[in-house]
Amino acid sequence: MKTTPSKKKFKVDLINLKSQQGSLIKLLQSAQETYGYIPEPAIYNISELVGISPAEIYGVITFYSQFRLKPLGKYVIKICEGTACHVNGAREILRAIKNELGIGIDETTDDGLFTMLSVACLGCCSLSPVIMINDKTYGKLTPEKIRSILREYK
Amino acid sequence: MKKVKVGMATCGISAGAEQIYKILQDSIQKNDIEVELVETGCMGRCFQEVLVEVEDKNQNYLYGNVTPEKINQIIHQHLIDNKPVNQYLALDLNNQSEDQFFQKQKRIVLRNCGIIDPTSIEDYISRGGYQALKKVLKELTPEQVIQEIDSSGLRGRGGGGFPTGMKWSFARKAEGIKKYIICNADEGDPGAFMDRSVLEGDPHSVIEGMIIAGYAIGACLGYIYVRAEYPQAIQKLKTAIEQCHRQNYLGENILNSNFSFDLIIKEGAGAFVCGEETALISSIEGKRGVPRIRPPFPAVKGLWGCPTSINNVETFANISWIILNRADKFSQLGTAKSKGTKVFALAGKIKRSGLVEVPMGITINEIVYEVGGGIINNRQFKAVQMGGPSGGCIPASMGDLKIDYDEITSTGAIMGSGGMIVLDDSNCMVDVAKFFLSFTQNESCGKCTFCRIGTKRMLEILEKICLGQGELEHLDILEDLSYQIKKTSLCGLGQTAPNPVLTTLKYFRDEYLAHIQDHRCPAGVCSALLTYQVNPDLCKGCTLCVKKCPVNAIQGEKGETAYIDQNKCIKCGQCFDVCKFKAIIKN
Repeated sequence: MKTTPSKKKFKVDLINLKSQQGSLIKLLQSAQETYGYIPEPAIYNISELVGISPAEIYGVITFYSQFRLKPLGKYVIKICEGTACHVNGAREILRAIKNELGIGIDETTDDGLFTMLSVACLGCCSLSPVIMINDKTYGKLTPEKIRSILREYK
Repeated sequence: MKKVKVGMATCGISAGAEQIYKILQDSIQKNDIEVELVETGCMGRCFQEVLVEVEDKNQNYLYGNVTPEKINQIIHQHLIDNKPVNQYLALDLNNQSEDQFFQKQKRIVLRNCGIIDPTSIEDYISRGGYQALKKVLKELTPEQVIQEIDSSGLRGRGGGGFPTGMKWSFARKAEGIKKYIICNADEGDPGAFMDRSVLEGDPHSVIEGMIIAGYAIGACLGYIYVRAEYPQAIQKLKTAIEQCHRQNYLGENILNSNFSFDLIIKEGAGAFVCGEETALISSIEGKRGVPRIRPPFPAVKGLWGCPTSINNVETFANISWIILNRADKFSQLGTAKSKGTKVFALAGKIKRSGLVEVPMGITINEIVYEVGGGIINNRQFKAVQMGGPSGGCIPASMGDLKIDYDEITSTGAIMGSGGMIVLDDSNCMVDVAKFFLSFTQNESCGKCTFCRIGTKRMLEILEKICLGQGELEHLDILEDLSYQIKKTSLCGLGQTAPNPVLTTLKYFRDEYLAHIQDHRCPAGVCSALLTYQVNPDLCKGCTLCVKKCPVNAIQGEKGETAYIDQNKCIKCGQCFDVCKFKAIIKN
């Protein structure tokens, strides 16, 4: 099992960080790194250890765009909606992905393969329009290019 | 011995720098070539990534748009046979305008970016790194440091433009046993990558600036608040901090003085409002990043109730240069009230997009045409968008405007943190305004009513206008709401959110009118106002569009010219995308 050591990491972080001032966000990041999302039991775990109510933790989770309460697909497509990408045709890219996979932003395909997220800016503005699939960045995209890239992942 | 540098900042890696580096590494080993291979940060010419520079007998050869095929040729011809491959050089030496790219720039913040290996503290030290810290600890009192920064005229580079020396003196004078320094690296503006590039290319310059700031205000601890979307920057900072501990630039009794200081990295979790200083403090404390009422200002009551000075990445990167070169050398650059240089992330419809650093007082036209090389495909320059969602659009007709905090503010835009997006005649200004407003509307923390609901109402109106359902009175409502939101919002997000709408209304009102009165989008962007038609001369009758149309609005048999039924068409643009013969016309 690949995930076992990292699950341990969350437990270790919980113990190490519980008494540190202002560690809630760090703990949530650790939980998400471990599980790919923040499962409900993790919220209660954190709540018990740091003494912050689950409601308040839920408030923090939904405030920040990084945190998610649902699991993600195997491939996470992050479509950059920064200014440079926007003026260079990001919406055509978005439309091409929608047509190809049948999912919109914040949705996951039925087979659990792809999740599409939007990000404010990936900071590679000179390569716009840009998307990221997991950790790989693809730049200077056109609708044709994105279709052939997606087919490689299928 | 030759030295080969590969630009390995995020831009470079996205363009494939890791593969190029690997090829170089393998070939150098296999062929036993005597060269030193290093990675470096952003070289500024992002439009030509991947960039590889060869230092050969005191001469530099910069290769651009390097591909695996090109690098193999460069290895054999240049590294082995000593003959530079002229046709792959990034700078076209016959093109005079190329010189302008460098001549118009003045590099203070980016002095080491793209030159040193950011993972090597020795590289930084060899270029005068940590000399300023030594000088400060041995020769200057904290008051003298603040005095020096104050007389340099340095203003906060995060966008607000508050004098840095004054900020520090408030924090110095504030009472408190514990004080903090915070570096704001939560670069949230879409279209801005200055801070990322500095952190990735020269992390020590920021760290040195923070240590000096800590000494000046009497802080013992500093936080660097970085976006989690910048994993490379975080990694480079971690390495740099470790190196500083080893060489006693951080920790107890730094360089045998009485001053102790340490740094902690805090990863942001993605919320634009956290760029606002009081929201950022809440976020470091582990809470929702919601701003609070000022005063008390953070300089008096900041992180965990202690006096705190928050400065931007670029501000910190200026500090050691000012200490070493003296304040008057810095204040010689620029205009009466804006001193020194400014880093801009040039992007959009510009030929040479990338990272540039120019002296204050340069004009917008000089940046666009001389540094940036003009507009892509020689289209018409329409406007620059400065300051991201808090800024505005400055029209091309005002291109002689000087880069100066106050002059830019007078147009309705703001200097901002340095994002500069160039727009051409194919960009719709109503659409640009809508884009930024949907961003701020989404990122509003929801605390202030007008920011939460007012931006939503404005966005709805803009959406209507883009759909051709706008009415003339909408423009008055937009203006009215804008002023209300500016007046009644607690923090910078709300106070500046209407700027993109106000500036486009001011300078491009005719485009709003074209949408409302003529149901026409002059730039051809707003899809609801477009019509798609088939050009019979180009249509081959392949029927691909007929098959793709989701509403069966296109008719046509194989070999026949296709026909689009305008009553059925939903203007999704799929036919336009799939046509291989460019036979679909968009009006």
